[in-house]
Amino acid sequence: MPGMTHVLDPDALSREGRPLPEPLEPFSDVTRSDAAFRAFLHGLPGVDQVGAEARTNVLGTRSIKTTAKAWAIDTAISMVDLTTLEGSDTPGKVRSLAAKARRPDPEDLTCPSVAAVCVYGDLAGVAKEALAGTGIHTAAVATAFPSGRASRAVKLADVRDAVAGGADEIDMVIDRGAFLAGRYLDVFEEIVAVKEACRRPGGQGRAHLKVILETGELVTLDNVRRASWLAMLAGGNFIKTSTGKISPAATLPVCLVMLKAVRDFRTATGHQVGVKPAGGIRTTKDAVKHLVMINETVGADWLSPDWFRFGASSLLNDLLLQRQKLRTGHYSGPDHVSVD
Amino acid sequence: MTSLFEYAPALESRSIVDLRPSYGLFIDGEFTEGTGTPLKTLNPATEEVLAEVATGSDADVDRAVHAARRAFTRVWGPMRPADRGKYLFRIARLLQERAREFAVLESLDNGKPIRESRDVDVPLAAAHFFYHAGWADKLEHAGLGPAPRPLGVAGQVIPWNFPLMMLAWKIAPALATGNTVVLKPAETTPLTALLFAEVCQQADLPPGVVNIVTGAGETGRAVVAHPDVDKVAFTGSTEVGQSIARAVAGTGKRLTLELGGKAANIVFDDAPVDQAVEGIVRGIFFNQGHVCCAGSRLLVQESVHDEVVASLQRRIGTLRVGDPLDKNTDLGAINSAEQLARIRALSDVGEAEGAQRWQPEGDLPTRGYWFKPTVFTDVSPAHRIARDEVFGPVLSVLTFRTPDEAVAKANNTSYGLSAGVWSEKGSRILAITNKLRAGVVWANTFNEFDPTSPFGGYKQSGYGREGGRQGLAAYLRSATS
Amino acid sequence: MNADRLTVRKTYKLYLGGAFPRSESGRTYEVTDAKGHFLANAAWASRKDARDAVVAARAAFGKWSGATAYNRGQVLYRVAEVMEGRAAQFAEEVAAGEGLSATRARAAVDAAIDRWVWYAGWTDKLAAVLGSSNPVAGPYFGFSMPEPTGVVAVLAPQRSSLLGLVSVLGPVLAGGNTAVVISSKQCPLPAVTLGEVLATSDVPGGVVNLLTGDAAEIGPWLAEHADVDGIDLAGTSGPLAMELERSAAGTVKRVLRAAAEEPDWTADPGLARMTPFLETKSVWHPMGV
Repeated sequence: MPGMTHVLDPDALSREGRPLPEPLEPFSDVTRSDAAFRAFLHGLPGVDQVGAEARTNVLGTRSIKTTAKAWAIDTAISMVDLTTLEGSDTPGKVRSLAAKARRPDPEDLTCPSVAAVCVYGDLAGVAKEALAGTGIHTAAVATAFPSGRASRAVKLADVRDAVAGGADEIDMVIDRGAFLAGRYLDVFEEIVAVKEACRRPGGQGRAHLKVILETGELVTLDNVRRASWLAMLAGGNFIKTSTGKISPAATLPVCLVMLKAVRDFRTATGHQVGVKPAGGIRTTKDAVKHLVMINETVGADWLSPDWFRFGASSLLNDLLLQRQKLRTGHYSGPDHVSVD
Repeated sequence: MTSLFEYAPALESRSIVDLRPSYGLFIDGEFTEGTGTPLKTLNPATEEVLAEVATGSDADVDRAVHAARRAFTRVWGPMRPADRGKYLFRIARLLQERAREFAVLESLDNGKPIRESRDVDVPLAAAHFFYHAGWADKLEHAGLGPAPRPLGVAGQVIPWNFPLMMLAWKIAPALATGNTVVLKPAETTPLTALLFAEVCQQADLPPGVVNIVTGAGETGRAVVAHPDVDKVAFTGSTEVGQSIARAVAGTGKRLTLELGGKAANIVFDDAPVDQAVEGIVRGIFFNQGHVCCAGSRLLVQESVHDEVVASLQRRIGTLRVGDPLDKNTDLGAINSAEQLARIRALSDVGEAEGAQRWQPEGDLPTRGYWFKPTVFTDVSPAHRIARDEVFGPVLSVLTFRTPDEAVAKANNTSYGLSAGVWSEKGSRILAITNKLRAGVVWANTFNEFDPTSPFGGYKQSGYGREGGRQGLAAYLRSATS
Repeated sequence: MNADRLTVRKTYKLYLGGAFPRSESGRTYEVTDAKGHFLANAAWASRKDARDAVVAARAAFGKWSGATAYNRGQVLYRVAEVMEGRAAQFAEEVAAGEGLSATRARAAVDAAIDRWVWYAGWTDKLAAVLGSSNPVAGPYFGFSMPEPTGVVAVLAPQRSSLLGLVSVLGPVLAGGNTAVVISSKQCPLPAVTLGEVLATSDVPGGVVNLLTGDAAEIGPWLAEHADVDGIDLAGTSGPLAMELERSAAGTVKRVLRAAAEEPDWTADPGLARMTPFLETKSVWHPMGV
């Protein structure tokens, strides 16, 4: 098996200083007016839902065994944004999650750590402290997550607060109401503003911006493609499927459409954007299906935690159980992995 | 091709299949010796001999037809229709129970990927029996005239590309309508038909209702020419179909033919491009392109030609060619040395005539019959690769500028089996669909099959339909027809 | 009527592409009544006339098959209307040619007119009766519909020169096909008169092409013609029928075989003469949002 890229690029965040006032070439003029932006987004090729589902169904039949499975499990672990987004979250809970993120399988030091710990903004500082020196990122949800129903001022304050608390990554939600009402430029401008709010105090680059589309509320795959392009044009570093609070959350066809969007965007602009499915991915099988889909649609360039993440909580334990099974040759049980 | 994420081999086990060294003919409910010179059937992926299979002589065919006639007159014809239906339901269930065994055997004998035999061929074969089982006692309601009656003995000759599925398409409607059959499988793929004979035994199907006579062209000719056959059904090449139609002329035998094709797959500039690319791939590389309805002519609107071809090539680069029993294989082996030679010859002609050949990187296995997925661009409608059926993984790309030009080019063929059209504009889809002279039109999809959907060709792709209410007509006569 | 008046006789010509040409070969043959008395010289169509007729039929196919079923029904009904007005002339020709009494000839003409009415009413029912919605096991909307086969060669019955002819031509047209017809050899005159009716009944030129002459001579050319999609052998029998069926195999034509004996054309026709020249097209489209 060729080299594994299981760790985040340590320089990724400091490089993120480049301002992005308008969309990249050749799309710099598409946001010049509401009408122009609408024409652009509606001019993207349509997505046939049945065809997209048929494609993911076939990819879902791939049989990943032995060495390939071992590689896939470790890669998937390294891509996990270990998440807790509950009203009942406490500093203790977050510290316990951070410990797990750092060493997911205490009995096996070869097990990679996860990519990030994802928490509400007020706990970003706790996470940052608990993860100090690990290379694991602190991600914070912001912008009145999960509904996004607050004034822009409140959303931006939410972002600045989380960044000040030490968040390396901000997971924002788009204004789905505005999107569904066709006010695409409003959605765009808000993302641009949030991106600006990601700037760290003292000018040391910006927190990475993940843009949550909440595809379960956008409903159609045509909307998913449009929202993906909108978020990429506005400067999002990642496009993310869901908050995890709405069903359906991440589905394979949605993720497929987003992957094709980031591929097409890179072909057109030379700029690579990451993808993060979140919510509903609970089993190793689900995770491996996503890796297969990356492998066979956008290719190996996205097979790294810098460019692909799983927003999940229970997924990690299933990955660990499967990892133990592969290593020991017998089935493991839930008491052999830690409770979150 | 090395990549970050290489799939380890994931082989389906062969152990589920119990291959015998030799197989006889299935006549009158029993396996018997054939009196012709036996044939060897190969695994086309390895050239390994799988088994020796009997060849039915004229005398063997005569025995089979007599058995079928006797079964028709004494048992199957007089049987309560509901009971005929129950036998077919039994067969459908047995196919489902033994699905994995059929799938592995089909992939071994034919060379097709296990993913397809497992997920397409075998489930569709079972579905075909299930569908027709329900018709057996409802024929009077089929709208095919008053008091429909079976024809008698059906002689059926099927090809090697979908051995079990074609068997189901032939046997299920024949039996549901009260006919008995003598079926000749293709010489290179007889094994699943013989396993099907075991299913008939397990179902306690009365002897003689289904007879399987293996052999090559001579055996097929004997089946078609037998004077006590009332109905001939053939799927295969147009050339053989023409000779069968000649042989049947003047005999009064009823005839249905499902022959070759050279389907156009039309992609408009407003197509859902990612799904269109998938549809193009599915259209031409499904079953190694050994599909009479394959979308072998891609007609792409000139304004999106480069984009579509680039996407297509990128996608083809991800196709996994290799061991048919590997669960991750997309393209298996070419069925025979003879077919491989034909594909090579026509591809060479394509190049010689000035078309550009493109194939993905990668090596093919050294043993067995293999051909890389191939795309020809700069193809003109006059080129042979745009006119002749290649019956392999070879796509010809042509362009058009207007809807009228697309239709004219699509219909510019002596065939008329299938066609595809890709556009997000509903009224355009319907207008183009209406003008295409083809028996099946897949709009924004391709190569979908279902027992409820009649299948068959226009023009020299044959006549008669298989599947649906319309398909029953091929096996019935009524007071007014 | 002035008993002394010398009648103006009609020149019986071909009906081809909407016009009434003589045979390109310049040939004619003598048509007599059942007792052998001279009736007329009919055009004796050649293989080149048949070739031209196929070109005309192919050219007319797009418009005729693309017309609405309602419109085709109206046109066929119009044929019945116009025929009714010329019933006496048809009766005279049928009586002379087939040797029937005036009453029986008139009955045959009436039946022929009614046959047009029957087929006129079928045009917009075929899709409902022969088509289907296909409940496929997947997220697709599937349907099948009948469509015309294309250009059909019709070798009309030899004995029943008008009712037989209409009984084989009507079903071909109702389905949306265009036709090249070879009339009864012995009794071609009603066919020519039918051409005159068709020419004045809103039937577009080329939809029907009527050739008078010998099926044994022209039939093989039509059976082998690569641009003919189907052939009705009604007017043939024995070795000729078998030979034509064999010839038709080379281009995979749809063949409607002749009955062992010429049938009783007054019987209920059913669908049996329409379905052989109708294709079934099955269409699939995904259902998604």
